[in-house]
Amino acid sequence: MSAQSAFHASAGDLNAQSLRADARRESLRLLALLSPSLFLVFAIIIVPIGWLFWLSLFDEAGFLSTANYARFFEQASYIKTFVTTFKVAFIVTGACVLLGYPLAYMLSQLPRRAASICLIFVILPFWTSVLVRTYAWLVILQRKGLINSWLIDLGVISQPLSLANNLSGVVIGMTHILLPFLVLPLYASMKTIDGDCLRAGMNLGAGPVATFRQIFFPLSLPGLASGVVIVFVLCLGFFVTPALMGGGKVIMWAMRMEQTTSLYSNWGAGAALGVVLLVVTLALLGLFQWLLGARATGVWSSR
Amino acid sequence: MSEDIGLPISHRQRLWLYALGGLVLLFLIAPSIIIVIMSFSDSTLLQFPPQQWSLRWYQTYFQSLEWRDATIVSVKVAIMTTLVATPLGTAAAYAINRGTLRLNGTINALLTASLIVPVILIGIGTFFLYAPIGLNNTLTGLVIAHTVQALPLVVLTVLSGLRSYDMNQERVARSLGAGRVAAFWQVTMPQIRFSIVSGALFAFITSFDEVVVSLFISGGDTTTLTRRMFNALRDQIDPTIAAISTCLIVLSVVLLSVAQIFGRRN
Repeated sequence: MSAQSAFHASAGDLNAQSLRADARRESLRLLALLSPSLFLVFAIIIVPIGWLFWLSLFDEAGFLSTANYARFFEQASYIKTFVTTFKVAFIVTGACVLLGYPLAYMLSQLPRRAASICLIFVILPFWTSVLVRTYAWLVILQRKGLINSWLIDLGVISQPLSLANNLSGVVIGMTHILLPFLVLPLYASMKTIDGDCLRAGMNLGAGPVATFRQIFFPLSLPGLASGVVIVFVLCLGFFVTPALMGGGKVIMWAMRMEQTTSLYSNWGAGAALGVVLLVVTLALLGLFQWLLGARATGVWSSR
Repeated sequence: MSEDIGLPISHRQRLWLYALGGLVLLFLIAPSIIIVIMSFSDSTLLQFPPQQWSLRWYQTYFQSLEWRDATIVSVKVAIMTTLVATPLGTAAAYAINRGTLRLNGTINALLTASLIVPVILIGIGTFFLYAPIGLNNTLTGLVIAHTVQALPLVVLTVLSGLRSYDMNQERVARSLGAGRVAAFWQVTMPQIRFSIVSGALFAFITSFDEVVVSLFISGGDTTTLTRRMFNALRDQIDPTIAAISTCLIVLSVVLLSVAQIFGRRN
């Protein structure tokens, strides 16, 4: 090997080395920027959840057991909680689709200016406190509330309907709160549907209904799926509205967790509930991401 | 003809769609409007529309020491949360945007975890974590917990600002001799400052409106406004809450408008 090529080789080595060292320093700097946020998330979310998981593996006497999980299949009250939770989640998700799809469709068809004005009515509730909106529905739906007093004044009914403090109150309140979570991603995905596809369909002789059914609707399905998944998942862990509007009769998963831990101080049982809730949530989101290759958290960045 | 899509369907043929969409919009907005109107009622009964108007519920709100203390706690916590979450979230978004780290996907998932993990689980977990270290019922504890919940919103908002910014500009500045900090501060920052402001506003409102975690970790002197409202609603429907709710709605409207104005200028 000549002296010259040896020099080139070693210079190349040196260069590669210093480049690698530079890249490593750069990565460290970026990690340093991330570290405070990651530390906080780790300390407030990951550590307590791990701790709760550990706790859920022990029974009340402090022995390692599956008692906390076995209870879910044995005690009727737990089974009833799960049935209620899934029932509410299915009804609310269905209602959100029925109300949200036409709204998103209308928004996607309106001229830009009109659409952005209408969008304010979707985004404003999205950023209004859940508590405020639940209170509003309590006022509207309770025994002496607006709906009942109007219907009685109009002579439609003689006895007040029981709309709050039961399942229907919970469903109405939750549908109102979760509707924007369906409309926003659905609208965003409908906006990306190419108008040329629709025009081409109509040129080829399809009527408006056929164009919608065969072209627009299939193209809007990914957006709809993302909205459905996020609404369903949020339903499963919803606390405020069922706690305030359920009248103590509608016990959902999150309320059950609060009761077992604060009321009965049974941390193992509450922790087990939380672990299963988290696993179901992550499984649903994971399934969605695997099937569609998109993140369901898009709703928060699609504004 | 619809001007955006240009399909041969007239607005008239679409009337049913507009009617349906309008009804859903009404469903979304009516509760807030009803509460705002009712908060000016003179009656202890919740009538709509009110027979007589007055500001008595606002007076009750502002004169009650309990409500005033709770409001002050919430404002303090929200301001501190904003001051902590905004720089942390901006730094994190900057690092994620470089996209050179191997675990970028995992980091992203971790930082947005608090949007996905059921809030009730975060509440119970935080209470459990704080109990041995004495952070329950403290402002510090509330600020830390709220910061974690506000972080993903700051990160996502700033990230979307950075996506439309050309990082080469910062490289140019550095090749011309600016240091790292100077390059960021003088070149990048002015161009993404509107997303940072939006992120900060979202952080503020996230903290101010937060209910579930505060239920577990606030109490006594540090009872937040939302926690006090939640407890009051469990007992009875007090019209004072209509006045408080109106203030919260106005706050949301103001912060959102500011965010929108800043967003448009971006």
